[in-house]
Amino acid sequence: MTTKVLFEKTKVLTDVPFHYCPGCGHGIVHRLVAEVIEEMGLAPTTIGVAPVGCAVFAYDYFNVDMFEAAHGRAPAVATGIKRVQPDKCVFTYQGDGDLASIGTAEIVHAAHRGEKITTIFINNAIYGMTGGQMAPTTLVGQKTTTSPKGRDKDWSGSPIRVAEMLATIEGSAYIERCAVNSNANIIRTKKAIRKAFETQMAGKGFSLIEILSPCPTNWGQSPVEAMKWLEDNMIPYYPLGVMKEV
Amino acid sequence: MAKKLMKGCEAIAEAAVQAGCRCYFGYPITPQTDIPEYLSARMPEVGGVFVQAESEIAAANMVYGAAGAGARVMTSSSSPGISLKQEALSTIAGAELPCVVLNVMRGGPGIGGIAPSQGDYYQATRGGGHGDYRQIVLAPASVQEAADIMYGSFALADKYRMIVMVLADGFIGQMMEPVDLPMGATPEVEKPWAATGWTPESDRPRAVINSLYIKEPDLTKLHERFAARYAEIEANEVRYEAYQLEDAEFVIYAYGTMARICKSAIAILANEGIKVGMVRPITLWPFPTKAVYEAAALDSVKSTLTVEISAGQMFDDVRIGVNGVKPTEFLGYAGSKIPTVDEIVAKIKSMKGVE
Repeated sequence: MTTKVLFEKTKVLTDVPFHYCPGCGHGIVHRLVAEVIEEMGLAPTTIGVAPVGCAVFAYDYFNVDMFEAAHGRAPAVATGIKRVQPDKCVFTYQGDGDLASIGTAEIVHAAHRGEKITTIFINNAIYGMTGGQMAPTTLVGQKTTTSPKGRDKDWSGSPIRVAEMLATIEGSAYIERCAVNSNANIIRTKKAIRKAFETQMAGKGFSLIEILSPCPTNWGQSPVEAMKWLEDNMIPYYPLGVMKEV
Repeated sequence: MAKKLMKGCEAIAEAAVQAGCRCYFGYPITPQTDIPEYLSARMPEVGGVFVQAESEIAAANMVYGAAGAGARVMTSSSSPGISLKQEALSTIAGAELPCVVLNVMRGGPGIGGIAPSQGDYYQATRGGGHGDYRQIVLAPASVQEAADIMYGSFALADKYRMIVMVLADGFIGQMMEPVDLPMGATPEVEKPWAATGWTPESDRPRAVINSLYIKEPDLTKLHERFAARYAEIEANEVRYEAYQLEDAEFVIYAYGTMARICKSAIAILANEGIKVGMVRPITLWPFPTKAVYEAAALDSVKSTLTVEISAGQMFDDVRIGVNGVKPTEFLGYAGSKIPTVDEIVAKIKSMKGVE
């Protein structure tokens, strides 16, 4: 009897089971990033930087040399790595509390210097690991454990659009916003991730892919409801598409 | 080689380059801005990396990245900036990475002042950031010694995979003195733990540069490694200057520029027939506890005086060292008010009971 292999998990992911909740988008994005690294033949020269947040253990999952950074500092850590190993592929993987709150200075200035690194930015409109607090990306009216009556614009401001903001910076070379709420969008996300890594390896400058991603646990929804909520509520405020390409 | 007249900060920066440091991340702050200014021109000449970061926080996190990638790397700052770096320094300590940090101390707390001070002794010798860790701390008393200490710090950091902090005061950074620069790269060690790109066929495990040890007993094991390493350092790396201790009636304990001021007072007192010796710690951690005790315990010694540009921080370590064998007195002020030669002379005379 002969067998034919129809699908294999990428070798750029380890065999360690993910700790992510059912319906979480992190698992999808981890696989997309790992597949792109493998398909581009970059694994032997890739160094990744994990954040503080739900993806804190990303260093256990990506089967390449990895760093764990302090909260928000991944772009600075990646800068240090890339400057001493300019021929390597260096990426950060960060959530919205990490990147859009405590780490805003680091991400803005990595883009500003045109650091030749790639950032994978997961926007799920909430703090996941600490249990569902308001993030800078939380939508107006969205209930969280620190905005129990819904985010009040006058009290807490309106959610920050990271991709648009970073696209205004000269050093940014490729910025795109994607979502992982449907098969079609997942395929688009993978293409965008590949484009970002290609931009880095071509030495063009800073690249970032913002990915709208569901958090059913902290949104208080089922995985299916969360995908629908993302499409109905997040995409209208956070439009998908290429924000910057040089 | 002929001696060159150099400003402290520039001599320190060039000594780092000579030692093989090829990587600097920093941020401007008085009184150490001459360091990034110098290295912004010098690093490109030697194929090195210079980045002016957006903040001290980012600069120190860049050091973490570069150190984990195997580079010989340093940063520098002055007191308020060193406080900002502590997040990354604690991370670097937890990840067991080598790097060199220069603190050209100014007065505090807060923004404080820009004049010289020794107010960061506690921060430097008690770890600085959160968590139970140590860093090697070296305090120079001249521009020559600052250059020599900086030159040797990289090999020391590599050897023990930990932070070496050079704790200078604003005088050392800003004054000019003749200096004979140490030359030639210092010994480097293999860094098989560094993140440099990996495949399953590599002859080393996959690198994970990390200070997170969430599963016990991993964190306990980290601290067991620390304890063994710290014991080795305390046994092998203590440095101090013992000065005119023979027949001394009094012993002064002081470090950095303060120790030089004390030497002027000791000379005046010697002319008046009062014999005063000094122990000048060069390593503040590991602290020369034994030398401090032995000087105080000398039969000729009646009592001891600690002099600092602080309210008495090293004084705690001196009292642990002296351990009650002789009386201990203190002269110093918080902020940047510096004990004068006349005050030191008067203090010793009052301890002797003469006018």
